[in-house]
Amino acid sequence: MSFLDKHKVLEKNATLLLVGSLLVVSIGGIVEIAPLFYLQNTIEEVEGMRPYAPLELAGRDIYIREGCYVCHSQMIRPMRDEVERYGHYSLAAESMYDHPFQWGSKRTGPDLARVGGRYSDAWHVDHLSDPVSVVPESVMPKYAFLKKHLLEGTYIQDTMRAHQIVGVPYSDDMIENGQRDFRVQINPDGDYDALLERYPGAQVRNFDGAPGISEMDALIAYLQMLGTLVDFSTFNADVSR
Amino acid sequence: MTEHRSHQDDQDVGTTGHSWDGIEELNNPLPRWWLYTLYVCIIWGIGYTIAYPAWPLISAATPGLLGFSTRQDVADEIARFETTNGQIAQRLAMADLADIPADPGLNSYATARGAAVFRTNCSQCHGAGAAGVQAAGYPNLLDDDWLWGGDLAAIHQTITHGIRSDADDDTRWSQMPVFGEILEPEQIDQVVMYVRTISGQSHDAGPAAAGAVIFAENCAACHGETGMGERALGAPNLTDAIWLYGGSVDRLRETVTYARAGMMPNWSPRLSETDIRAVATYVHQLGGGE
Repeated sequence: MSFLDKHKVLEKNATLLLVGSLLVVSIGGIVEIAPLFYLQNTIEEVEGMRPYAPLELAGRDIYIREGCYVCHSQMIRPMRDEVERYGHYSLAAESMYDHPFQWGSKRTGPDLARVGGRYSDAWHVDHLSDPVSVVPESVMPKYAFLKKHLLEGTYIQDTMRAHQIVGVPYSDDMIENGQRDFRVQINPDGDYDALLERYPGAQVRNFDGAPGISEMDALIAYLQMLGTLVDFSTFNADVSR
Repeated sequence: MTEHRSHQDDQDVGTTGHSWDGIEELNNPLPRWWLYTLYVCIIWGIGYTIAYPAWPLISAATPGLLGFSTRQDVADEIARFETTNGQIAQRLAMADLADIPADPGLNSYATARGAAVFRTNCSQCHGAGAAGVQAAGYPNLLDDDWLWGGDLAAIHQTITHGIRSDADDDTRWSQMPVFGEILEPEQIDQVVMYVRTISGQSHDAGPAAAGAVIFAENCAACHGETGMGERALGAPNLTDAIWLYGGSVDRLRETVTYARAGMMPNWSPRLSETDIRAVATYVHQLGGGE
């Protein structure tokens, strides 16, 4: 009991109490959080994942800027009803190049983790411009202004470098060609072979059907690739993960 | 007046020994119910970490005695439903497409299942009631006007492979030329007037007559000499009152000048063969199936 009686010392020394609290909370972190970074069954590598192509990355920034994550999640939970509606449940590795991740915590609109390829580009343009024109019951705001704002991609290489610093494996070659790849992805007549080599599975189209690279182009390029990188016909779920 | 009572009057529980400015703290025991709840929670917690995955070790966490796995759970749940519907779903997957409507049991199962598939995957473009979006390029599926064919096999083909879908090599594909690069604006106005004529809308007879010649030279190859369309090419019938992109002079001019190329995704990677057959049956029985 004599040891337990010593709490008076802690309670009367604010600094000591602070250090003590920090120590106790750290133990919680070390036990609960740190293992997630090294346990084999929490870091699952999947085939097909690659960093975002520059145009997709710009689209992702618009997604974040407009707060899409406030109403849309990107996390299909492992439950039958979710899998039936949205497709294969999300894997941790599918967010590995997301800084920050876009899992979201609320679904006013549907989950977007596998929205890629689900609709035509024209539908996305119509829907983003005026959602009720195609989905009459929608409460989503209009984003028609995205068509008018043209992007130059001036800072795209800086953005890629920032992502590289936080761990996305953008190679120097990727960053060097960032501007070029950014512009060629909306040009089906352009020389996009190098883009496809750097970012396998990237879709090259004039996404909004209008001249120039608009924010609409970038956002749709991002939406159309969401959840398309992993081929689930060859993916075998390891149940121990 | 409340009577001042010092702690000496209470049961002899002693003090914690803390004293601040003469105020002392009684060392009352915790309420029994609270204390026992705490003990039960601790025992529950220990049991839980033994039964379920919990403690992180070197390369994996302890798996837990119950062998619980979220992934196994969802796989089991899906398998349970597949077994429940297994027999009839299997019959739907194997049946000859044309025989489905004639088999009442199969037909009602396919229609009900197809309706659910439609609401989840198709209603965003074709509308919750399958009426499409008028004049915006999203086809109405309730009428008997079909771009690529309206029998079960054709609908099944369209859903499986999509229309102008880059991701599918067997997709239905055709491309209307951009006539703004081929014809003069005046010629386009004339051919628009001709199309207004054959579709029974108000028009100017003069330009329409000139438009007939332009139509025969440029449009008839796909839309047919009489403008009745050609399903093999997805070329719409221009003589009815049904317009995918609108039949007004302005909309027609836009269509001829810039061309149209609607795109529908190929649903084969997303939907199972049973689901595709179910939704094809559902669309087929909406009213216009052939």
